[in-house]
Amino acid sequence: MGNKVERFFKIGCFCIMMISALNVGAQNLINGKKIFETRCLACHQSDGGGVPNMNPPLDGSTNVNGKDIARMVKIIQNGYDERVALDGMYYNNAMIAMPDLKEDAIADVLSYIRNSWSNKAGLVTLAEVKKSISKNKVNKK
Amino acid sequence: MKKGLSILSLFLLVLSIVGKAQENAGLRLPAGFKASLFADNIGSARHITITKSGVVFAKLSNPNKEGNAIIRLEDANHDGVADNITGWGKYGGTGIYVKGNSLYASSNEAIFKYELNSKDEVVNPSNPVTVVSGLINRRQHESKSITFDKGNNVYVNIGAYSNSCQTKDRTPGSQGMMPCPILDSAGGIWKFDGTKENQTYKDGKRYATGLRNVIGLDWNTETNQLFVMQHGRDQLNTLFPNLYNDSLNAELPAETFYAINEGDNAGWPYVYYDPSQHKKIVAPEYGGDGKKEGAKEYKDPAVAFPAHMAPMGVLFYTGTQFPEKYKNGAFITFHGSWNRAPLPQEGFFVAFVPFKNGKATGEWEIFANGFGGNAEGVKVINTGKAKARPVGLAQGPDGSIYVSDDTKGAIFKISYNK
Repeated sequence: MGNKVERFFKIGCFCIMMISALNVGAQNLINGKKIFETRCLACHQSDGGGVPNMNPPLDGSTNVNGKDIARMVKIIQNGYDERVALDGMYYNNAMIAMPDLKEDAIADVLSYIRNSWSNKAGLVTLAEVKKSISKNKVNKK
Repeated sequence: MKKGLSILSLFLLVLSIVGKAQENAGLRLPAGFKASLFADNIGSARHITITKSGVVFAKLSNPNKEGNAIIRLEDANHDGVADNITGWGKYGGTGIYVKGNSLYASSNEAIFKYELNSKDEVVNPSNPVTVVSGLINRRQHESKSITFDKGNNVYVNIGAYSNSCQTKDRTPGSQGMMPCPILDSAGGIWKFDGTKENQTYKDGKRYATGLRNVIGLDWNTETNQLFVMQHGRDQLNTLFPNLYNDSLNAELPAETFYAINEGDNAGWPYVYYDPSQHKKIVAPEYGGDGKKEGAKEYKDPAVAFPAHMAPMGVLFYTGTQFPEKYKNGAFITFHGSWNRAPLPQEGFFVAFVPFKNGKATGEWEIFANGFGGNAEGVKVINTGKAKARPVGLAQGPDGSIYVSDDTKGAIFKISYNK
């Protein structure tokens, strides 16, 4: 009997945790979409497909779906002004720095682009963004 | 049996759909015209040029799978499809032009000259003559298109390495630099002597200025005048959201076609052309509010096209194959926009500009459409999904015209049958 109650309680707890986790994820993705539409869409396009030879795609990109969160945080904060080779193609356009984008906004927009179109990578947390920023600072020194 | 029949009918249905899609290589053309696929998958083909014997040369923006960035295409059996395709050259670029027995090709910094033999084969593929070098390439608007006048002068665009000469390029709220320091070495058309070697900026002449970026240009031999298509500025909405919303940005500014005389100034970055007001408007980076009119000294366009469609090639038609109305008029390729987002994109077609007595009438029409793979009445939403994007234009010795594409590298041949 006691065991049953405990199990029921555990499952219930787990469910509540999952639902709240999903909710947090959903809210982050909604915020991320808004940021994407105002800051990123013009160049990377609504399907994340980019523009050949100019603006690299986010959809299907190994960088966007990859593990190097610090690199992506750095590109958003500092911009990017090099010809980039990505998945066998070259892209020329520079990306502007967005120093005004807050840490939680960076987490949300990264979560959004990593989970849109055909992308199915992990959400990016605020803690990961903070960690990335300090890592990038150390590397700069 | 029944199953076999239904499979067969399905097969026939698929065949008929595929067959239909292939008609005119997927293009929509005026009555009497037909198109065929002269070549496909040659690499990202930018400009093309054709010799008197009908050999086509294409310049690729990057070396293709075989490592070649200049491609020679010959239709030896005259069936309308290239059957002898060879290549050379390691440098990517855009410009290519046959002048007499010389073939000129451009990288993003230089112009090279090759020699052709009597079979229109290149004699010196690995050691061309350097005609001009050291032209500015800062990756943005880096391509160097070329054309010639009736003599031996070569005209090359040097695109501005900037959107609108802001202190911080493409950064919201950043003001325009006054005067714009880019214009001394870019943002215009430069003229060089095509017969000389090893020229740099000091040997050339700034022929026209205030042109943000030109890719399509051609010499009108009827009027003896240079015509260029400018790529208008981007991002009015994202840089100045208080003045321009997404809908205004999608329609501003016009892509402009200019009849250029030596010394002309088209006004970039200080003004842009508003196609609905029919006026040059002061750029917001220079104190404009979307209404304030720009200085009269700047050139007015001969034709204003819808915004952001990215004009890539200009060809004055001098052949006799096409109906009379096309004679001495201009064909213009539109690569297809990306900066109309979030609204649907425009372009991905070849336009025709009629000329009367050496002057553009101001009208224009779509000549060949459907390059993007989009059905009639359907728009391309995202540029990356376009099947083909038209770039180069050239006229064959029989009066057919050829159109290149820089996605996979198709070359379309368009002819007229009475």
